[in-house]
Amino acid sequence: MSDKKQRSGGQIICDAMLSEGTGAIFGMPGGASLPFYDALYQNPQIKHYSMRHEQGAGYAADGYARAMNRVGVCTATSGPGATNLVTSMASAMMDSVPVVFITGQVATDSIGSDAFQETDITGVSIPVTKQNYLVKDVNELPQIVAEAFYLARSGRPGPVHIDVPKDVLLATTDIETPTDVKIPGYRPAGTGHKGMIRRAAEAINKSEKPVILAGHGIAISEAFEELRELAEKAKIPVITTLHGVGNFPETHELSFGMLGMHGMYYANLAVHNCDLIIALGMRFDDRVTGRIKDFAPNASIVHIDIDPAEIEKVVPTAVPIVGDVKATLEVLNPLVEAAEHGPWLEQLRALKSDHPSHEIRESKILLPQRVIRSIYDATNGDAKVIADVGQNQMWASQHFFYDKPLSFFSAGGLGGMGYSLPAAIGVQIAKPDDTVWSVTGDGGLQINIQELAMLAEYNLPVKIAVINNGHLGMIRQWQNRFYDGHLMGAKMHNPDFAVVAEAFGVRGISADSEESANKAIADAMNHDGPVLIDFVVSPDEDVFPMVEPGASLAETVEG
Amino acid sequence: MAAPEYSTLVALVQDHPGVLTKAAMLFRRRGYNIASLNVGHSEVPGISRMTIVVEGRGPHIKQCEKQLYKLVEVLKVLDLTDVPRVDKEVALMRVSARSEKRAEVVGIARAFDAEIVDVARDSVIVEITASPYTIDRFLEVAGDFGVLELTRTGVVSMTRGGNGKT
Repeated sequence: MSDKKQRSGGQIICDAMLSEGTGAIFGMPGGASLPFYDALYQNPQIKHYSMRHEQGAGYAADGYARAMNRVGVCTATSGPGATNLVTSMASAMMDSVPVVFITGQVATDSIGSDAFQETDITGVSIPVTKQNYLVKDVNELPQIVAEAFYLARSGRPGPVHIDVPKDVLLATTDIETPTDVKIPGYRPAGTGHKGMIRRAAEAINKSEKPVILAGHGIAISEAFEELRELAEKAKIPVITTLHGVGNFPETHELSFGMLGMHGMYYANLAVHNCDLIIALGMRFDDRVTGRIKDFAPNASIVHIDIDPAEIEKVVPTAVPIVGDVKATLEVLNPLVEAAEHGPWLEQLRALKSDHPSHEIRESKILLPQRVIRSIYDATNGDAKVIADVGQNQMWASQHFFYDKPLSFFSAGGLGGMGYSLPAAIGVQIAKPDDTVWSVTGDGGLQINIQELAMLAEYNLPVKIAVINNGHLGMIRQWQNRFYDGHLMGAKMHNPDFAVVAEAFGVRGISADSEESANKAIADAMNHDGPVLIDFVVSPDEDVFPMVEPGASLAETVEG
Repeated sequence: MAAPEYSTLVALVQDHPGVLTKAAMLFRRRGYNIASLNVGHSEVPGISRMTIVVEGRGPHIKQCEKQLYKLVEVLKVLDLTDVPRVDKEVALMRVSARSEKRAEVVGIARAFDAEIVDVARDSVIVEITASPYTIDRFLEVAGDFGVLELTRTGVVSMTRGGNGKT
């Protein structure tokens, strides 16, 4: 008998969370995961949040991970619990969010027998996770949990799934969890190649019309200062992707907003007309580039990304640099010469004042854009905004000016409606003192509306702005524009959201004019607990600017 | 003539459960057509060697290589497409060979350095170890007698010369 400490499978997972500094877990219990819940019971340092649906648990862990910039954890039982997690796994995969998903599994001697609540969930999770494990022996678990947290947070972060059979959760071992993980086939990049960085500096120093495209990688590697230094030193305009929103202060004179399908007109045109793109931690998504063959026709591209598979995946690259953005900028910035780029900036400022995409027209009917701007004004921009998916997401990115890092979150890659409320719960738990706004639609809210119960149970002061246009708005917009107005499945028959909120124990307010909207926002800000505001807005408003599918950025339509 | 073009990739992978599934799913998901896929032990215990022949040439094969590298268990990927190499495949085929044709079948097998590994009243089993191209040619000829059954292992490849670090 060894005198080393015996630990159960469940305890090994709890210990790994604690040493990772992750004090919260989002989940729902079930038969196969009960031994893990017993371990959680015995580890009160870890706070368990009882979500109402496993998808909500996955999204809450996603929001928590983004707000903390550290690993989030969620859990579900085998079978249906595990399959309910899959959408949130896919979302974390697309958005490079470090989440460890722990699922219970039927006992090892039942695996493969079609037992009650058995699903081959590791078979399902392969393409939607960075790595996954089915743990057949408790002696393997210490190594696996160490690898899982390391893989989730390092390199290009992503979801890691550990499927643990019930008997493995109960079994004990004296094997300790390694503190230093080495995985032979996994070597995340650090600083980029020195020679390539010199070439990047030469390209930047030579450029007359450069732009920086700042993506999610800036936030992941916390390169906010380095980005700002580069931009200010050589007076380079900064344009962000959706996930880059907030990585560079949007009220800064060098900020030219977000580009892409619903990007700012001036951002899209700046990219189309530039002679150099400095792409930092972004992946040239199709929603960013528009028609690829006409993307930035006169530009050469410097691309810095930690994932080698993103380099030259979409666009030919003059200077490819595989590396961590922060570490690479630390080397690059001193090689970049101070510059003014006066004529280029003049040209862009003129474009911005001639085509002010961020301005909101006067209207007697409450406009969704106005709701977003009113929240911005009421909070002085000091809030974390978690958008859902669709029109509300685009307006939330366009009409709030994000000056602080990690202040805007959105399920940009997978585009799963229902993200906002559970993710906002995760963000509020991570940042209890911050003002958190969930901006959602009448459609998206109803996908995970059950999580309203969380706000009341844990008294989380999340403010929910329902941009209620009575439709799946983006569907309506596309059916109107591209399907001859054949509205099919777009109209929503909605409940009274304020009443629903009250039934859940959340204060509910309705507003249908600019005046009542402003009052509702002020009331919500003054209320200590959670509030849902049902903003009944114009049912006909479309999102502009827009790059229609198949069009190039140069063909951005202003409305 | 538009014969399909192929690329040959070799991947050294940790011999863990699910690695083959992960590699196969990656090819399916990214739209690559696998002409053949062979997995077996390498010279290092615990490390398997995959030889993957994929349809097509060009930049998308580079992307395929990078995506393979993203699998945590993949240690090394080599593109052998444009390097001098040995390609070998084993095929077993049951060829119709009644007594009056048997000598002819045996003669043709000999011409291809193939072996007769089983003889029955109406057929023989021929084993041929050769490049896929040679096997194709042999099959064409054997087809005149009637190929009743065929199994091919898929190609395995190794670069010529060098220091064993393919």
